Amino acid sequence: MVDKALNDTHQSAFDAIKETVGEFTVADPKMRTKNVDVFYGDKQAIFDVSLDIGNNEVIAMIGPSGCGKSTFLRCLNRMNDTIPTCRVSGSMSLEGEDLYGPNLDPVLLRARVGMVFQKPNPFAKSIYDNVAYGPRIHGLSNNRAELDDIVIGSLKKAGLYDEVKDRLEAPGTSLSGGQQQRLCIARTIAVSPEVILMDEPCSALDPIATARIEELIDELRENYAIAIVTHSMQQAARVSQRTAYFHLGKLVEVGETNHIFTNPSHELTENYITGRFG
Amino acid sequence: MSASILLLVALGLAFASFVYGRQKAFAVAARGGGVSTLHSLPGHYGLLAALWCALPAIAIIVLWKLFEGPIISSLLTSSLPEQVIANGTSAIDLYKNDIQNIVASGKVSSEQDANKQAVALKLLSLNKLNQVLLTIIALCAAIVGAVFALRMIKPTTKARKKVEAVVHAFLIACASIAILTTIGIVFSVLFEALRFFQQVSIVEFISGTKWSPQTAIRVDQVGSSGSFGAIPLFLGTMLISAIAMLVAVPFGLMSAIYLAEYATPRTRAIVKPLLEILAGIPTVVYGFFAALTVAPFIRNLGESIGLSVSSESALAAGSVMGIMIIPFVSSLSDDVITAVPQSMRDGSYGLGATKSETVRKVVFPAALPGIVGGVLLAVSRAIGETMIVVMAAGLAANLTVNPLEAVTTVTVQIVTLLTGDQEFDSAKTLAAFALGLMLFVTTLILNIIALHVVRKYREQYD
Repeated sequence: MVDKALNDTHQSAFDAIKETVGEFTVADPKMRTKNVDVFYGDKQAIFDVSLDIGNNEVIAMIGPSGCGKSTFLRCLNRMNDTIPTCRVSGSMSLEGEDLYGPNLDPVLLRARVGMVFQKPNPFAKSIYDNVAYGPRIHGLSNNRAELDDIVIGSLKKAGLYDEVKDRLEAPGTSLSGGQQQRLCIARTIAVSPEVILMDEPCSALDPIATARIEELIDELRENYAIAIVTHSMQQAARVSQRTAYFHLGKLVEVGETNHIFTNPSHELTENYITGRFG
Repeated sequence: MSASILLLVALGLAFASFVYGRQKAFAVAARGGGVSTLHSLPGHYGLLAALWCALPAIAIIVLWKLFEGPIISSLLTSSLPEQVIANGTSAIDLYKNDIQNIVASGKVSSEQDANKQAVALKLLSLNKLNQVLLTIIALCAAIVGAVFALRMIKPTTKARKKVEAVVHAFLIACASIAILTTIGIVFSVLFEALRFFQQVSIVEFISGTKWSPQTAIRVDQVGSSGSFGAIPLFLGTMLISAIAMLVAVPFGLMSAIYLAEYATPRTRAIVKPLLEILAGIPTVVYGFFAALTVAPFIRNLGESIGLSVSSESALAAGSVMGIMIIPFVSSLSDDVITAVPQSMRDGSYGLGATKSETVRKVVFPAALPGIVGGVLLAVSRAIGETMIVVMAAGLAANLTVNPLEAVTTVTVQIVTLLTGDQEFDSAKTLAAFALGLMLFVTTLILNIIALHVVRKYREQYD
């Protein structure tokens, strides 16, 4: 009985989300998605989501576990292609180019839309080789000196260079968790992407390392469009300009971060950010 | 009662004391206010009673069986006829054997020799006494143990800790058996090898380049001085192992990469077991294949392009051995490659790497230490392999690195030195133990390196 009651509230909450509250488009979009549905086998994970990602902005995606925010993020650079049962419909584009169009090579797309993962995942290589990996496979440098410049420049941008400049040949795995995550960010920056997707980049880190990464995200905004999935509402409030609230695979509300956190329009958003569930 | 029936009875008693002990523990608990007042669960008290019942009895039976032979024999000596004793130990042993045979055949009453009959009767009575004593003592031990343990069933007795201590000791004993066996093997080979090195200098053995183990049986025999230079054998072993690894490593590794990274789950479910069937083929069957199919094929092929190939070539034996080792390499590498975390692959894809770039530059380097460990294990497998080389590589101890010639390996020589009727005091037979020792040391070192490498790899992701 309890289960059924719970299911009913679940269902009614799901049905109650008719359409996204707030303005999901921006004037100058870097990426644009419209009416996106995502399925894992028979199960639908994303329902009719439309959302723009603007130039030089940080957009935060929040919502309870299993709400589809990570799934949505992973569609933006077709990382979900590696899951055989995953199917995407609707339109997604980067600078007007269809992400799922026949002419687009997902490999090249991922060089333009970089990704930082939840758990730091440095390769079993030296710090230098971790950062040089991307430039090497894309042939971004003609000689060692250019490669050095890219690696050092990326490490500097990721705020890691001063800590590792004496041990660039040490294995990437020898760094602390926070340093590893900044190494992964440096690795992403090294291929000069246009968009950086971050999937809960701080969830495995302590508060000090988190603060350092948040600072970094703010600095990176000057050059990149950033979409970040986070479980921490404080983090969303601190780093983002716009916030999108997902619930049960639907985009409930999107808007200016200030607005979402001070005066949410949708009841579900309010319940979530005031901590009534999630 | 005979020892095996006695053991069964002891186990039966142990089971009974388990049941009774458990019941008693429940009864004690009921008087004291519930099972929670006991230190341990009722089952633990039952087990404790069963252990106290069975272990002393079993220990007594085992020790008794170990020592009864010598004791009965020495008791029998005193009742032998004097003229037999006067003839010395070998005569005594012979006489005792006769008596044993008479008793075993059950023809004591029809025995003609009165002396022998008397001694046989004595042995019969000793045996009977022995059985009765063992039965009484073992059963007493079982009952005393059970009664003692049953009296200990009180809430304060730490039955669980005691039972767990026994289990702990049992586990240690099981683990030690493998180690003790290894030590036993080392010593049995070591002592024979030392006897060999008393006859042939260790320097000659290690540095000699001529292997011809035939030694003269009579002093006046011609031409068989025997020379024990092990270098041709080890060179032959290395040559064949190297050929085997040249076949096994690329094929094994590539198939592992295909299975772990590219194959669909369906393909993988079919191909992997098929590949592992290779590992289940008996090596002697590989031996036929090498000797009857591959070797003639290689010889004909070589002759058709003008090379002289001997019909038993290192190439034939080595390549078939390589095929035999493929599943070994592929299975170990497959495990290591699948153990590379998916997050690392995602990281590479997220940077715009293709699948092949990810496999070559991220997954493979990450798995490399584990693969090296697997390959080293495969090398020691190749070095120790016997049957294929016996059948396909030949017996000629040529000092050569030409894969088209016949060579011989350490294991082949050990087999030829030890098969058939042999005397175990000639340098020829003892040489087998020296070879075995060297082989053992070589593979042991390889295994230690391999395990070390594999362990180091594991630490990386933990």
